[in-house]
Amino acid sequence: MDAVLSCRGTGLSSVTSTNRLPSEGEAAMDPNAPSVFPTTDMGNYAPAMPAAGDLNDQLLNSDFWTDEMVAAAGIPIVDVPFVTIGGGIGSFVTVDYLRIAGVPTDQIRVLSAIDFPWQTYEYLTRVSQIPRKERIRSDSASRPDNIWGFPSYALSEALKNKNPKTLWQVFVEPMWADFYTPKAGMVFESMERERRRIRYDEMLVKGLVRIVRRRYGGGYFSILTPPDGVTGTKRVAFRSQFVHVAVGYPGLKYLPELQAYRTEQNDYRHIVNAYESHEHVYERLMQYPSTVLVRGGGIVASRVLQRLMDDRLINGANTTIVHLFRTFINGPNDGNTGNNPTKTSPFMRRKGADGWAYQGFNYPKSVWGGQLKRQMRKLEGEDRARLYKTMGGTNTPYRRYWQKQMAQGRREGWYQLAVGTVEQMTPNGERIVSHVRTPQGMIPIEADFVIDCTGLEADVAEHRLLKDLLEHGGAGRNPVGRLDVDRTFELRGTRSGNGVMYASGSITLGGYFPGVDTFLGLQVAAQEIADDLAKRGFGKRIGPRRSLSQWLKWANGTTI
Amino acid sequence: MLPTLNGRIQTRLFMLATWGVFWTLVLTPILPGDPDYRITFVLLGVVAVLGVIWELIYHALMQFRWEKDWPTFFGFITCINEGALIILLLRLDLVPFLGVDGSDVDIWAFVILFLVIWMSIWVWTNGPMRIFNVHWRFFGGRIV
Repeated sequence: MDAVLSCRGTGLSSVTSTNRLPSEGEAAMDPNAPSVFPTTDMGNYAPAMPAAGDLNDQLLNSDFWTDEMVAAAGIPIVDVPFVTIGGGIGSFVTVDYLRIAGVPTDQIRVLSAIDFPWQTYEYLTRVSQIPRKERIRSDSASRPDNIWGFPSYALSEALKNKNPKTLWQVFVEPMWADFYTPKAGMVFESMERERRRIRYDEMLVKGLVRIVRRRYGGGYFSILTPPDGVTGTKRVAFRSQFVHVAVGYPGLKYLPELQAYRTEQNDYRHIVNAYESHEHVYERLMQYPSTVLVRGGGIVASRVLQRLMDDRLINGANTTIVHLFRTFINGPNDGNTGNNPTKTSPFMRRKGADGWAYQGFNYPKSVWGGQLKRQMRKLEGEDRARLYKTMGGTNTPYRRYWQKQMAQGRREGWYQLAVGTVEQMTPNGERIVSHVRTPQGMIPIEADFVIDCTGLEADVAEHRLLKDLLEHGGAGRNPVGRLDVDRTFELRGTRSGNGVMYASGSITLGGYFPGVDTFLGLQVAAQEIADDLAKRGFGKRIGPRRSLSQWLKWANGTTI
Repeated sequence: MLPTLNGRIQTRLFMLATWGVFWTLVLTPILPGDPDYRITFVLLGVVAVLGVIWELIYHALMQFRWEKDWPTFFGFITCINEGALIILLLRLDLVPFLGVDGSDVDIWAFVILFLVIWMSIWVWTNGPMRIFNVHWRFFGGRIV
């Protein structure tokens, strides 16, 4: 899941204004004017409007808005051809593509609650035990800072360290080495460079967007709620021909029995989700011999286990780990059949052992361009959902270091496996008893801490903007329940005159392209979107000449 | 990122038509055994035709791989089977249009030409090619 975490823009931001000052010649904004300047700087708004500058019932209840309705509510209107909502890595790679396709910064606005694109991603990777020096789960050529994927991370790392080790690794992977994956820190540093190069901050406008509505006459209004005091009104309307939605995960979903225990016992300390900050658990484990119950069989569980085992083997913690699998994989498998090798097709069968299903990346590699990408692009409805299921299922990469640690833990008895489903959780003093239903009957497992690594995701309708798009924007759901996008990543049903709305990232999982919630998937989407926009006259299609000249600029670090 | 069968065949033919033709033009005059352009270009043609057949075989093998991929190393090492088959065909004089007996062609001339072309294409398609065509890697390696 490492490369999956993208651009959810809630709850994390320290709110600062990044608005630029009005330049010479820019007039004050009149919300009634047909066109105004693309800035939200307070000094630029028309003075004291009679209305409150907030949403009213008429606006909230209308699927289509006129310019007059917005103006009458006193909401200032900012005109800009393209807005992207989210401001995470999905917005970043899309904007990167458009800038390289020749779109100037004043035609793009990034509406975001976070200060820089990898802010949410870095938070989530850090708490799920991938600090900057650790490697994420992403391919060498999946570079959010480089639309060409050349030089790959492995080549860059080899050049930087003057050591061909990483090149050798990509040469012999996956047979004689683990898949090469970049260090989180390298990913962030390279994005920082690209952010400066494409002048990302000039396009960034801070605030939350919870409503996008279609406009009579074409295009959309995106309603931004800026941080307090930044603007003269509570809301600002961005009137644009194109909207791109990349808000990342709608939210985390907790297992019901975990949530029930936390609420009933008011205990958020001993039961933690891996995507929450839970450093206190590891600190405690360093001080006292303890037992930890780890739940889940995916990449996050692998990461958490590595941390627990590193702490034990390197730093001397006396921790016993009980690892609970719901489905115990111990042989060839696919996402449909679980651990029933007789049912798997010889043509769609991945390795599995010791509880885990092994897969290098989030998806089989060929979804990002190869056979499975082509196959999925042709499938509709049930057929598509079925193939998603076959190649889905919880999985983690086979890494030699982890295998070694787990083997030692099993041998020495401090890493124990359990299989079953938790029916109930009860307190026992400071400890927690999980009552696990297993094929052998109910078994109580007592532990000092429970770390939930199941990584459930909330429904898209949990996100206010997405809910609004489903209810008022014309958007619908795809065969797996997320937002239905076309092959160009246009959100189906949301067309508004000459305006087009696009979406990318995890909210579109289940579409014609499977790897959406990954670095490379975001770039595939960005390319489709940029190409579609170029057909509509916004930006240029990146042909060989532009591609080469822009790559040279990238290589030189030339600001564009 | 990974190519489809169609993309693999297209890329292979396109690369042979560019890098392949370039190196054949440049190297033929200095190859051992003094082959003429007719011989080297016929060999290049044979590499292309057999290459399409090889791709079909590789594609079939890929179906047994969960990832449906063809690791970088495989793309490198398959020069051995592909080259060896052509050497065998030359030895058996089964290569048409050469104008000479296949067994009279200096094997080293073929090996040098073949390996230089193979290495250039392998390095090029594993990286620098992407600089010129941002669509290639996401469109399954198709050129058209």
